Amino acid sequence: MVLPVAFFAVFFAYPLVEIVARGLRDGGAWHAGRIGEVLTGPGTGHVLWFTVWQALASTALTLVLALPGAYAFARLDFPGKRLLRAVVTVPFVLPTVVAGSAFLALLGRGGLLDQLWGVRLDTTVWAILLAHVFFNYAVVVRTVGGLWGQLDPRQEEAARVLGASRAAAWRTVTLPALAPAVAAAGLIVFLFTFTSFGIVQILGGPTFSTIEVEIYRQTAELFDLPAAAVLTLLQLVAVGAILAVHAVTVRRRERALHLVDAAGTAQRPRGAAQWALLGGVLATVGLLLLLPLGVLVERSLHTAGGYGLAYYRALASADSGAFLVPPIDAVANSLEYALAATAIALVIGGLAAAALSRRAGALLRGFDALLMLPLGVSAVTVGFGFLITLDRPPLDLRSSWILVPLAQALVGAPFVVRTMLPVLRAVDDRLRQAAAVLGASPLRVWREVDLPMVRRALLTAAGFAFAVSLGEFGATVFIARPDQPTLPVAVARLLGRAGDLNYGQAMALSVVLMVVCALALLLLERVRTDHTGEF
Amino acid sequence: MSTIKKAALVALATGLGIGALGACSDSGSGSSGSDSKTVTLVSHDSFAASASVLKAFEKTSGYRVKVLKDGDAGEAVNKAILTKDNPQGDVFFGVDNTLLSRALDNHLFEPYQAAGLNQVRPESLPGHDHAVTPIDTGEICVNYDKAYFTSHHVKPPATFADLTEPAYRNLLVTENASTSSPGLGFLLGSAARYGGKGWPAYWTKLKGNGVKVVDTWEQAYNEEFSGSAGGKKAGGDRPLVVSYASSPPAEAIYAHPQPRTAPTGVATGTCFRQIEYAGLLAHAKNPKGGKALIDFLISTRFQDDMPLNMFVDPVNEKAQAPADYRKYAVRVATPQTMPPDEIAQHRDEWVRTWTSLVLK
Repeated sequence: MVLPVAFFAVFFAYPLVEIVARGLRDGGAWHAGRIGEVLTGPGTGHVLWFTVWQALASTALTLVLALPGAYAFARLDFPGKRLLRAVVTVPFVLPTVVAGSAFLALLGRGGLLDQLWGVRLDTTVWAILLAHVFFNYAVVVRTVGGLWGQLDPRQEEAARVLGASRAAAWRTVTLPALAPAVAAAGLIVFLFTFTSFGIVQILGGPTFSTIEVEIYRQTAELFDLPAAAVLTLLQLVAVGAILAVHAVTVRRRERALHLVDAAGTAQRPRGAAQWALLGGVLATVGLLLLLPLGVLVERSLHTAGGYGLAYYRALASADSGAFLVPPIDAVANSLEYALAATAIALVIGGLAAAALSRRAGALLRGFDALLMLPLGVSAVTVGFGFLITLDRPPLDLRSSWILVPLAQALVGAPFVVRTMLPVLRAVDDRLRQAAAVLGASPLRVWREVDLPMVRRALLTAAGFAFAVSLGEFGATVFIARPDQPTLPVAVARLLGRAGDLNYGQAMALSVVLMVVCALALLLLERVRTDHTGEF
Repeated sequence: MSTIKKAALVALATGLGIGALGACSDSGSGSSGSDSKTVTLVSHDSFAASASVLKAFEKTSGYRVKVLKDGDAGEAVNKAILTKDNPQGDVFFGVDNTLLSRALDNHLFEPYQAAGLNQVRPESLPGHDHAVTPIDTGEICVNYDKAYFTSHHVKPPATFADLTEPAYRNLLVTENASTSSPGLGFLLGSAARYGGKGWPAYWTKLKGNGVKVVDTWEQAYNEEFSGSAGGKKAGGDRPLVVSYASSPPAEAIYAHPQPRTAPTGVATGTCFRQIEYAGLLAHAKNPKGGKALIDFLISTRFQDDMPLNMFVDPVNEKAQAPADYRKYAVRVATPQTMPPDEIAQHRDEWVRTWTSLVLK
C-alpha cells in the first residue's frame, strides 16, 4: 500500500501540483482571478459541453458494438480466435496520427463509404465516434471478456433448469456478475474519450475541441500557463466526479463469484442465434478494425515504382537525416521501455489492487479513485510537470531513460488495478480465511489462494500495460531522448517531413508497430494458456 | 510521512523498475550532460545534421556534442523557458522570429557575439544585442500541385491576391494559425502584405473563396494536398497548400527515382520569411563549449550541410548548398518579413481575431 501511494505521490501528484501552481501563481501572488476569467470565457462552456457529450456517445457506441464481441471472444470457439484477439488490440497502440489517417481513408473523400453510397463522414462527429470505437474496442473485449470467460456457465444452466427463461437467467445470474467489469470497461473508455486528443484534432478538424485539446493548445502553443492550469483543474474535477459516481455504483454490485478455467467455457457456436452473433461480431471487427489496418499495410507497400518492400528496406538506413540512428532501432527502444513500464505498472498496480481488495474504508476508496486519475490528466501537463520537478537531487531524473517508463507506467497502472480488482474481489474470502486458519502466512495465502485465481487477470493486465506503453505518445514525446526514439515518436517525426520516402517509411514503421504489438500480445496469450491446468 | 522515508520509497520504486528491466538498461543516464567535455544542444524535432559534420566539430573543438530534440518548435521553446533556471543543455537552437520575443522576454539567453558573425547576411541579424545568433532562413509559402494545373489548363496562383480569384475556389488548404507554425506564418505573411488593419478583409475574401483549415501541417500536407506523395496515396483533393519553399526539393529528393523537376511548385508571391536563431542558454553548465558550438553552427562546414538535412537556407554568405538541393530549390526574391517586436506585439491578438473570423 505504501509503495503505490508513494509512487503516485512523487511521479503524479507532485509534478501535477507544481505545474498547476506555476500557472496560477505569479511572483508569489495567487491568480485566483484567472480561474473565474477562464471558466466564464466564451469558449470554455462550449468545449466542456462537447467534451462530455461526445465521450458519453462514444462510450455508449463502444459498449453496444464491443459487448457482443466480448461474448464471442469469451464463450465461442472459432478458428483464428487467438490471432484476432491480438489484432483487435493493435489499434490501441497506433499513433493517433496514423490511425486517424487510416480512418480517413475509409470515411473521407473517395473512401469506401463514399464510393459505395456517396457518404462522407470526415469532419463530422460520426468520424470521431467511430474512431473512438476503433481505438477502444479492445478495452471492452479484454476487460469484460476476460471475466466472462471465467464465469461458470453451469450457474446459468442451473437457473434454466430451475425454470428461468434464457433472458431471465442471463439477467439474474450472468449480468450481475459481469456488471463490475462492464462498468470498469465503460469507465476506461469514457476516460479515454473524455480526454481524447489526436482523434478529435485530426477527424474533427479545428472546429471540434475537447478540454484536452485546449490544454495542449494553451500549454504547448500559446504558453498561457494560467489558462492551462485552470483547464487542467476543470478536467480534474470532472474526472474526479465521474470516478466518485463510479466508485459508489460498482461497490454495490461486487460480490464473490465462482470462477473457472476459461478454456472450458468456450465452445463451438450452436444454433442460428450464436452463428448470427459470431457473424455480426466478425463483420464489425472486419469493417471497423481490420479494414483501416489493411489500408495502412497497403500504403506501406505502395511505392512509386509499384508494390514492394522499398520503404521497409529504407528503415534500416540512417541516411534520411531525420535520425542519427536507423529508424528500425526504435523497435528495440520501444520494447525496452514497454517492458520496464509493464514491470513497474504490474508491481505498483498489483500491490494497490491487493491492498484495495482486502480492506475497505473511506481512505482506501478515495485512493481507488485516485489511482484512475492519471488517465484523466493531460499528458502534456504531466510532461511539463516532470520537467520542472524531477530535475534536481535527490530526484534528478530529467535526462534519465527511466523517466519514459515511469510516465508510461502511470498510465498502465490504472489498467492493472481495474483488471485485477474485480477478480480479486470476486475471490471468496472464506478460502483465504481457511488457509489462514490452517496456519498459512499472509504471503502464503496470497500465493496459494489469490495468485492462481488472478493469474489470468494479471496477464490481461500485463498485456494492457504493455500495449499502453508501446503506443504512448503524449508523455513520451516530451521526455524520450532524441537518440532513443520510440516507435510512435519515430513515426511522428517521419510524418513531419515532406517527401515520398519519409511518408512511406512512416507507414512501414506503423506496420512494424502493429506487428510488434500483435506478436507481444500473442505471446502473452500463449503464456496464459500454458498454465490453465493449474486450477 | 517523513521526507527521508519518502525518498527511500522513491528510490525503492525506481529500483524496482530498473531491477525488473535488468539487461535492458544502458549507462548514458544521469549527469553525463554536465561535465565540461560535453556540450549539449537543445533543439526541436526538425533538427538534423550529418553525423560526419558533428564529428568534425567534436574533433576540432575537443567537446563531445549531445543533441536533445524537444518537440515541435513552439513546444521546444516553451520547455526551454520552463526549465531556464536549470536548463537541459548549453545551447538552444530553433527559436524563430515568430517566437523570439517570448524567449527574450523570459531572459532565456546569455548574450554572445559569435566568431564569424561578419559572414552572416546582414538582413537576417535580429537587431538585438547579440542575445541570439541567426542560423538559417526559410520561407512559408503556398505550394501547388503542378499536375493539377497543367491538366486543368489553369495558371497556378502567384500572389496573395490571386488566391481570392474564382479560378482558385475551393483549392487551398491551410493550417490553424493557433496550433501550427506554418499556419501562423501564412497569417503573418498576409498581415505583412495587407497591414494590421487590412488583413481581416483579405481573410474574409479567402474564406468566401473556400479555404479549408486543418489543425496540423501533417494533415494539410500529407492528407489534403494532392501534390505530395502522402496526399496522392490518401486521395488528397486540394492542389494548393500552405507549406515551405523547400517542400518541392524534399518531394523531389526523397522520390525514387528522382524526377527531373519537382512535382510541386511554389507561389513565390505568398511567402513569409522565417529566421531561426540559436542562443547560449543562461545558467548553462558549459558556456565555453556552448560558445564554440554557436561559432560552429554559423561556420561553412555546418551551413553547407544544413540545406539537405533541415531543408532551410544558410545565413552564411560563403556557404554553398549541395547541388541536389540547388537543382530543385525555388528562389524567393522578395518574401514578406516582419520584425520580431511587431510580431510580439500583435501575435496573440491577431490569432484571436483570425480564429473568430475564419473558424467560427
